[in-house]
Amino acid sequence: MHELSIARSMLDIVREQMARHGAEKLRSLKIRVGEMTAVEPQALLFCFEACTKDTPLEGAALDIEVVPLAGRCEECGTEMRIEGYSAQCPACRSASVEHISGHELAIVSMEVDKTDA
Amino acid sequence: MHDIALDEKILAKNDALARENREALKRHGIFSINMVSSPGSGKTTIIEKTAERLRNRVGMAVIEGDMQTDLDAQRIARCRIPVRQITTGRACHLDAHMVHHALPWVFGLENVRLLIIENVGNMVCPAEYDLGEEMKVAVMSVTEGDDKPLKYPALFHAAKALLINKTDLVRFTDFDLRRAEENALKVNPRLTVFTMSCTDGTGLGEWAAFLAAHSVQ
Repeated sequence: MHELSIARSMLDIVREQMARHGAEKLRSLKIRVGEMTAVEPQALLFCFEACTKDTPLEGAALDIEVVPLAGRCEECGTEMRIEGYSAQCPACRSASVEHISGHELAIVSMEVDKTDA
Repeated sequence: MHDIALDEKILAKNDALARENREALKRHGIFSINMVSSPGSGKTTIIEKTAERLRNRVGMAVIEGDMQTDLDAQRIARCRIPVRQITTGRACHLDAHMVHHALPWVFGLENVRLLIIENVGNMVCPAEYDLGEEMKVAVMSVTEGDDKPLKYPALFHAAKALLINKTDLVRFTDFDLRRAEENALKVNPRLTVFTMSCTDGTGLGEWAAFLAAHSVQ
């Protein structure tokens, strides 16, 4: 259940950013989670709600974009969607495939209300 | 309402500390591995057997990660290897910060060339946390399913070596060694695979030689 640690790291960044921007209320948070990460979106959502309860961040919406796993053939450069975590180039059958997306775990953006607004 | 665009990695702090750890270990000429598996696959026993084979040739130190108790550290200490226990409490994985605090201890020891970090028994969470190790090593045993690499792809993709342990028990199970290796290579064609038994000694020599070759002499 490392989604709890991940939710905490995420909220540390959010609080820092809110302080930096003089923001008072968090309305929503958009994050990107790659299919290849060991992060379960439902568990992360649950931990996000648990960690924000009774804090100024309570009630913020968490929008999770799941990024599919994709790769590029290291032999011929063909790009492909990787299904079932196992990759083989559809063009040249090479198994040397580098992942180009699907490992993301990042905050994309946040919507806040500022004190002076 | 204001929109703040970020594009910031959630584990950026962990990754930055992991980089620091990696650089510090390199500066000290220490090769490091992070062993990850589900509970009970034999990580601690593999470390004991590795110590028996390597301790007179390669200076070793071990960091033990467990949620509770220092029982594993006591086992390693009996092998006459310097060991430091990290108890994570409720956390299901080690992170770069915990290892960062243990490194001054490692650097204070003499002639360490190989650092083995045994992670908390868990195949999911440790895959996400870089500790700053040189090599992640996945461990599975024949009493588990040979489909494990397909069920926990994040770990098997991040690992550079895979140890398939307890091969002496394979005749009592329906575990297919060839299929397990195929499944692992499907997820990660670059994996170096070792099959071993800590009971009859199969494969331990190859594994120890592999570690010795990577540890600067």
